Amino acid sequence: MENGQKDIVLLKGNEVVAKAAIRYGYDGFFGYPITPQSEVLETLAADKPWETTGMVVLQAESELASINMLYGAGCTGKLAFTSSSSPGIALMQEGLSYMAGNELPGVIVSVGRGGPGLGTIQPGQADYFQAVYGGGNGDYNIIVLAPNSVQEMADCMGKAAELTFKWRMPVIVLSDGVLGQMMEKVELPPYRPRRTDEEIAKQCPWATNGIGLKNRKYNFMSTLEFDPQVMEDRNQKMAAKYRQVEAEEVDYELYKVDDDTEYLIVAYGISSRISMKAIDLLRETGVKIGMLRPKTLWPFPNKILGQLSERIKSILCVEQCEGQMINDVRLATEGQATVFHSGRSGGMVSSPMEIIEDFKSMARERMSNNWPKGYWMK
Amino acid sequence: MLTKEQLITPENKIYGKPTLMNETPMHYCPGCSHGVVHKLVAEIIEEMGMEEDTIAICPVGCAVFAYRYVDVDWIEASHGRAPACASAVKRLWPNKLVFTYQGDGDMACIGTGETIHALNRGENIAMIFINNAIYGMTGGQMAPTTLMGMKTATCPYGRQADLHGYPLHITDLAVNLEGTCYVTRQAVNTEHP
Repeated sequence: MENGQKDIVLLKGNEVVAKAAIRYGYDGFFGYPITPQSEVLETLAADKPWETTGMVVLQAESELASINMLYGAGCTGKLAFTSSSSPGIALMQEGLSYMAGNELPGVIVSVGRGGPGLGTIQPGQADYFQAVYGGGNGDYNIIVLAPNSVQEMADCMGKAAELTFKWRMPVIVLSDGVLGQMMEKVELPPYRPRRTDEEIAKQCPWATNGIGLKNRKYNFMSTLEFDPQVMEDRNQKMAAKYRQVEAEEVDYELYKVDDDTEYLIVAYGISSRISMKAIDLLRETGVKIGMLRPKTLWPFPNKILGQLSERIKSILCVEQCEGQMINDVRLATEGQATVFHSGRSGGMVSSPMEIIEDFKSMARERMSNNWPKGYWMK
Repeated sequence: MLTKEQLITPENKIYGKPTLMNETPMHYCPGCSHGVVHKLVAEIIEEMGMEEDTIAICPVGCAVFAYRYVDVDWIEASHGRAPACASAVKRLWPNKLVFTYQGDGDMACIGTGETIHALNRGENIAMIFINNAIYGMTGGQMAPTTLMGMKTATCPYGRQADLHGYPLHITDLAVNLEGTCYVTRQAVNTEHP
């Protein structure tokens, strides 16, 4: 193992998360086994990073413990992550609220499955609300990154590490059971050394790690405040930060969107990969269809979607649930376009042909509203 | 008349407040022993010269504001999760003195799972457990440690086994866990014999 070394491997998304975290210089992992993401902890246990980079790996007694371990790590300025799946992420919501309230760094990998409740162990995207709107109490936001390939699972670990310290807020990497379990060719990032104590002290003067205490006032992490005015001031400061994140960190990809595009698919994660196939097939028949893929779900690409909806009047939102992101798509288009849902749920996953069928229904609907006949089929 | 400075001279001084204890007035109720324990903790950190190498974890409960009184870096954990938080902190900062400071509601009720598993993993942390047998901060409700027959706001007729079950002896449990290194039980409201 040498610094600067690149490796090309064929691995599962979950395995890549573990290997990328070691290489990006993460200080710790705290997690609890849950399908379909258990390979993250298994890979870490097999690779024993504590013997090489010094990264701490600990299997917690529950997701409650995992997220509070991550909270402790964040308080002291360390770069740590946890990973889990739908019901486990549900248990972490209180901890996420505390982390956001104390403006702490920390990365959470969420590998979604079908729900609600225990649900299924098959892939799902029914945790959009959970990640983007959260279940923790209070006014807070969390940055949500949405990879759509095994390569992006690796890349997101690096991006999340950067963003979580830049903005001092938790970052969720929202993946799904397909991305977690499927194998693809990946270029792993070069090894980056973990930060030294001195570097942590310089980067995180707010951290509660005791460093330099003789020359400063003590630091503390607390979300409790009895004075409502102080609490409001704190909330407004955080809200200003969130507005700044919305202005600076939106990330998306346009697929086959040009000046002539008449129909738009909006999809993230695995749905975007399936949609690409559907788009390719539809384009072969002459349909002018493209896709907007949000790479950040919060902040959501409202601006570009608003601009596109000024000229594209029919939008198909593809997601593997009964319709969650569709709400944000409708908000972004502000009524300028009609937004339709396409997707399976509960662990079932759309095929490209099912998306094409949903597209046809959308197009028929459009035609029934006296749009020109044969509009989509030339 | 002699001033305070004239009276208190180094040669006269036989006892002083630890320098880590600051001047912030305590919010604890009169007669509560938190102040005594805070002082003992501060004394020990000073004695060990660990001021820059201490990370303290406070709970939810009366000691939620412990960070106000002892000048070391403090983390306020969510209710019951201090042992989990401390486990991560100690593993990431193995050379630091890491301890939790928790009440009975925090450690022996909502956080029983975290307590038992941190102990059983043999985490290299100290846990200071302040047991007053009730939930003090919320106004004296029944705790898992409330004694049989003891009256509280949520058992005004006294704790009864058929209604409320039995007091949880968490320290006795801790003794029986293989990962636990040392357990001691002390009273701070009476003079040491």
